[in-house]
Amino acid sequence: MYRFLIRRILGAVVILLIISAVTFFLFFAIPRDPARLACGKLCTPESLEIVRHNMGIDEPVFLQYWHWLTAIFTGRDFTYGHCDAPCLGYSFVNQEPIFNAIVDRFPTTLSLTIGAAVVFLFFGVGAGMVAAARQGRALDKIASSASLLGASMQIYFVGVLATWILVDQTQILQRPTYHDFTANPVAWASGLLLPWLVLSIIFTANYTRMTRSSMVEQLSEDYVRTARAKGMSTRTVFLRFAWRGSMGPIVTIFGVDLGVLLGGAIITEQTFSLHGIGELSIKAVENQDLPMLLGVVLVSATAIVLFNIVVDAVYAFIDPRVRLN
Amino acid sequence: MTTPFLSVRDLTVDFHTEDGVVHAVDGLSFDVEKGTTLGIVGESGSGKSVTNLAILGLHNPAHSRITGEITLDGDELVRAPKSQLERLRGNKVAMIFQDPLTSLSPYHSVGRQIGETFRKHTGASRKEARDRAVEMLRRVGIPHAQTRVDDYPHQFSGGMRQRVMIAMALVCDPDLLIADEPTTALDVTVQAQIIDLLKDLQQQFGTAIILITHDLGVVAGAAHEVLVMYAGRAVERGTVREVLGSPRHPYTWGLLSSMPRLHAPVDVPLVPVRGTPPSLINVPPGCPFHPRCDFQALAGPDMCRGERPELSPHRGHGDACYLTPAQKQDIFIEQIKEHL
Ligand SMILES: Nc1ncnc2c1ncn2[C@@H]1O[C@H](COP(=O)(O)OP(=O)(O)O)[C@@H](O)[C@H]1O
Ligand SMILES: [Mg+2]
Repeated sequence: MYRFLIRRILGAVVILLIISAVTFFLFFAIPRDPARLACGKLCTPESLEIVRHNMGIDEPVFLQYWHWLTAIFTGRDFTYGHCDAPCLGYSFVNQEPIFNAIVDRFPTTLSLTIGAAVVFLFFGVGAGMVAAARQGRALDKIASSASLLGASMQIYFVGVLATWILVDQTQILQRPTYHDFTANPVAWASGLLLPWLVLSIIFTANYTRMTRSSMVEQLSEDYVRTARAKGMSTRTVFLRFAWRGSMGPIVTIFGVDLGVLLGGAIITEQTFSLHGIGELSIKAVENQDLPMLLGVVLVSATAIVLFNIVVDAVYAFIDPRVRLN
Repeated sequence: MTTPFLSVRDLTVDFHTEDGVVHAVDGLSFDVEKGTTLGIVGESGSGKSVTNLAILGLHNPAHSRITGEITLDGDELVRAPKSQLERLRGNKVAMIFQDPLTSLSPYHSVGRQIGETFRKHTGASRKEARDRAVEMLRRVGIPHAQTRVDDYPHQFSGGMRQRVMIAMALVCDPDLLIADEPTTALDVTVQAQIIDLLKDLQQQFGTAIILITHDLGVVAGAAHEVLVMYAGRAVERGTVREVLGSPRHPYTWGLLSSMPRLHAPVDVPLVPVRGTPPSLINVPPGCPFHPRCDFQALAGPDMCRGERPELSPHRGHGDACYLTPAQKQDIFIEQIKEHL
């Protein structure tokens, strides 16, 4: 198990290196010159050269990448200021180290993700199991139609509608804002309740459908029939056998979803004006803030790669066939 | 006349599907006595598995309709409540299936799977159940049972897996064991070992066995009585000697002729039963076998496609065919036997 984890983590580091390198060189291939943008309208060739030097983009691209990479461990000095290790570069637009910007935004995205995940896992998997247990009957049909409806929703539509009804018209919920969890957990939760619910609607629908179909498939497996043939109760057959078999696919998708959400729920953050990683990446694109863009790409990639490892570990825990290979 | 241990009377199983009603079992009757083995043979799709799943009440009531009577040791099972069936399954009646790899849970150790059956029916503690599991693994001939009890099914070979399955089925000392093609998925040498194991266990514990197979060789070696099924009906029934020694039904002849033989010269071709199994949604009228039967003309014009022939008599060697006893004997001796 440990060897497996170490191997996977080393693999992840290699993947992240490749992603950062590819991203880095891709940005370099873009004909836009960030120095030109930073230099402003009245730019002389001399001042452009200075700006370039200050940004560190007057060097050959391989050297730039090398500096960028080593700065993660050693920190780096820019003309505009010092960037402590781990230094992911310096945003000339925001005038701050990339890492600080990400650290500032990350709690918002993390809170949004975790809260929504708890809600959609609970309701999605729960509804899917109920639907599978009541196959073909009223509850199943209700759950299936509701999830079809939910899955066809769009966050910006539901989000705007829900805000209008629940906040503007009835004041049942607060207008979404982020409060620090450690300072005031209640404010934290109530400030994020609406985004959690809205973000959860679509995910809940997907998890309902996925859980149901996974359960239905497992229920028709031979080993489930054996369990019934040896006198296990309907409940035991359902929970100990079929559910156990259904967990694999659900965990896999859940890992991917968590990774993606931690990389920034862009639309949700936009809809509710939350200042998370998603918003950061949108801004970076708008401002052509290439160092920042590189930073958020890397954060997203790290989240996804990390959760992939977690999924594999959990999978090995669930399925002994994987564990013992 | 005492009542048999298991008695099935006029069993009918229909499935409601999108294509129509599947008549999987249609008016089937048979008995099984304590300590004996009934072999049920027939091509795949003839309703062998459906019949036996019906004994345990394992068909989904939402999609199936079951009529007739199944009496086990005096208890009627077709209309029995779910709780009664749950107490029965794995306890008084146990079942083993064709493919031990897919039929065992990949997520639980074999010890746990055997033990949980024992606990369910006896209320034993975890420790007792584990000890029992080790004992059962030993009994079915698994080496190093003490350590292998914690292994998972995929860590066993095919034959050993089927032994695990048998250990699990026998953990509560059932009176009836239903073995649904227990050797079909296994190598020939392993097949023989599994059949021997079943015979040994029967001798020790007096278990009644229903052995489903499409291999007449297995039946010849392991069963006392045979029931030949075709399209959800019994077409011939009797002791192994009777049915395999002097078979009377043209379908049985076909099955016998299609059997590979160890001693036959290689150039004698195998003759499979001509034609394909009938649709169970539109079962041919009369004798369901008549479209594939070479002898229907002998029975008289339109006999075979008119009324359905009944299996007679109720006990002893019986067959469901309109040919006269003399015709059956002559045809078998003159046309079939020499090719066997
Ligand atoms: N749950 C079901 N729904 C519909 N048809 C079924 C079902 N189970 C079995 N059948 C049909 O019943 C027939 C008999 O099947 P089965 O008893 O499994 O045959 P076998 O003799 O090979 O064991 C087959 O034609 C099969 O397709
Ligand atoms: Mg079968």
